[in-house]
Amino acid sequence: MPPTSKPPNDCVDSKQAQDVSHASEASLVHADPWAQLKSFTKARIALGRVGSSLPTQEVLDFSLSHALARDAVHLALDVDTLTAGIRAIGGIDVLQVHSRAPDRASYLLRPDWGRQLDEASVDVLKQAKLPSAVDLLIVVGDGLSSLATQSHAIPLLKAIYQQAPHTWQMPQVVVASQARVALADDIAETLGARMVAMLIGERPGLSSPDSLGIYLTMHPKRGCSDADRNCISNVRPDGLSYEAAAHKLLWLAKEAQRLNLSGVGLKDESDVLSIQADATPRISPPAMT
Amino acid sequence: MAYRYQVGVQQYLFADLKTVMAKASPARSGDFLAGVAAETYVERMAARMCLAAIPLKQFLQEPLIAYEADEVTRLIIDTHDAQAFAEISHLTVADFRDWLLQDSTDTATLQRVAKGITPEMAAAVSKLMRNQDLILVAKKCSVVTAFRNTIGLDGRLSVRLQPNHPTDDARGIAASILDGLLYGAGDAVIGINPATDNLTALMDLYYLVDEVINQYAIPTQSCILTHVTNQIQLIEKGTPIDLVFQSVAGTEKTNTSFGINLAILREAHDAAQSLKRGTVGQNVMYFETGQGSALSANANFGVDQQTCEARAYAVARHFSPLLTNTVVGFIGPEYLYDGKQIIRAGLEDHFCGKLLGLPIGCDVCYTNHAEADQDDMDTLMTLLGVAGITFIMGIPGADDIMLNYQTTSFHDALYLRKSLQLQPAPEFEAWLKRMLIMDTHGVVQPITAAHALLQNKPRQLMNVS
Repeated sequence: MPPTSKPPNDCVDSKQAQDVSHASEASLVHADPWAQLKSFTKARIALGRVGSSLPTQEVLDFSLSHALARDAVHLALDVDTLTAGIRAIGGIDVLQVHSRAPDRASYLLRPDWGRQLDEASVDVLKQAKLPSAVDLLIVVGDGLSSLATQSHAIPLLKAIYQQAPHTWQMPQVVVASQARVALADDIAETLGARMVAMLIGERPGLSSPDSLGIYLTMHPKRGCSDADRNCISNVRPDGLSYEAAAHKLLWLAKEAQRLNLSGVGLKDESDVLSIQADATPRISPPAMT
Repeated sequence: MAYRYQVGVQQYLFADLKTVMAKASPARSGDFLAGVAAETYVERMAARMCLAAIPLKQFLQEPLIAYEADEVTRLIIDTHDAQAFAEISHLTVADFRDWLLQDSTDTATLQRVAKGITPEMAAAVSKLMRNQDLILVAKKCSVVTAFRNTIGLDGRLSVRLQPNHPTDDARGIAASILDGLLYGAGDAVIGINPATDNLTALMDLYYLVDEVINQYAIPTQSCILTHVTNQIQLIEKGTPIDLVFQSVAGTEKTNTSFGINLAILREAHDAAQSLKRGTVGQNVMYFETGQGSALSANANFGVDQQTCEARAYAVARHFSPLLTNTVVGFIGPEYLYDGKQIIRAGLEDHFCGKLLGLPIGCDVCYTNHAEADQDDMDTLMTLLGVAGITFIMGIPGADDIMLNYQTTSFHDALYLRKSLQLQPAPEFEAWLKRMLIMDTHGVVQPITAAHALLQNKPRQLMNVS
């Protein structure tokens, strides 16, 4: 079974430990003489060879990347730290909810459970429902990378709240555990929000374990489909910056409000700004929804 | 028609043939998700024993998805070759396994009966077969296709060079192509999954790969894995298209969700053939499939995911493809949970594909939320190598930075060729030797900075020292 919490590392005296981080590779490796091409791509080119196999260092580097991606999937979102961080932004009431998937294993096997609230969460939201409708509700979910959510949700939220029109009612943020994208529909319908944006950890890649996605839905209700949403992908320091992502989201949200719809009928033409680095993979697995 | 099977005092009832099939399937998460899997171990064995006694003829009488409702069913029934079937028409599913494993059932026999076997018959018998059976029978099948080289000959293993880049950067793609060629990969196809679906940008990608193939006179073919309707438009605009790609599935409704049907595939096939770009053959299609696609489109109709997958092969074989690729672990753990399920599915798909007469390869792969790792991929690729897999993927360091999953690397392909004494397609092998990438004994060599491909790089990389 994968670990569900960070392993203890405090029983070793670090002063007594030998630093082996500079261990070097002997000349048994045949280096590939086109390493300069690495500047054009993050693909693992020019890895060199031992016989025709991968050098030890490359096997270890790959496995480390995989370990980071695995931990991103399996380490639980630290909901309390995240909640405290969001409250510290100021003026935001944070609600904590959980999907019907009780744990990570069932979350992975039953995507449908990750799209529905558990009963206790429905009660929490019903009690928190405000008399007037919320203009834009932000939901923060763990998705398939709690690392992405833990790392990027708070700075992204700050950028969103800074750029949002002051007239918009956005008094609540919901933090959702074991969440799929469509859980936002259930949450928004229960709370009575006109529009919802789900900030959620994307399926981690080997070179991008911490990529956050944003899914915007106008008139959210249970049963909305992917065709009803607009997606902004690859939010992380090496991808789309927090400010650019917030700008894109609010451009879409204002357009959604003007057109009274979101999804395939709403084309993203916010791109007066330049998007840095990696674009987003177009194929997202069913697991994301 | 309902079926029943008695185990001890317990009687098991199955509403119809598709239920027997589903409950007889080796356990996998996608069938549980669909609600069609056996609920107990014994129920699974009851279904399997029930299935064993069903005559192959029954699959022609009882379509799992109605003839009237599904054009894939109609294709299967209407193109069924009764004469080819005659040789096995008296067999039950259990007999069929026993017959397939006979030494007298050789390559020629299997080629003779292929058109008489429906996907459902292949799927049914696979459910009674252990992994070693799937390997042994697949190994006896021979499917040879050709375009600019010859794919699928005995003792050969081809590799799709997959130089994906998240923004389709021409230099990034060219760098990965060069990397792959210098590791002896690319004889199956140089095939890019593009980030864009903009026609002009796609055209640039076709010209990029075409230029590289021409610059080095490589006996191979290119493919850009965009929607088939884009490729039809690009052919009309005079784009140099070798292979036409499309994802296909085993039910009409799933294919509709992909935006395709048999008529569109026919149109694309005929358009590609009209270009006559092949030199040693005219197999112009490249298909991809994968277990779970039907359920994820809500279009499985109570049929288990492996049988839906086998039905996709009926679609593929109708268009005589150069290559068909089962992308086995891409879809995620809700369909194939772990290494064990991925390995089993890969072997089933390869067996069914080969039995039906497809040049089938496998994207031996997994995502980071599946319970799998490189060791599982090593196991599956080795088993498929023993089974005579037509081709596998080759990507720098096994890490697809565009699609965010792990598949097999150029190094992996060399491991498989070396350990099982396999060679690339013969025309490509001759090219590798001519380019001094492979020595006269067929061993891929380390490359020095003086190598011709590095002295004369693709245009996109020329401004680099």
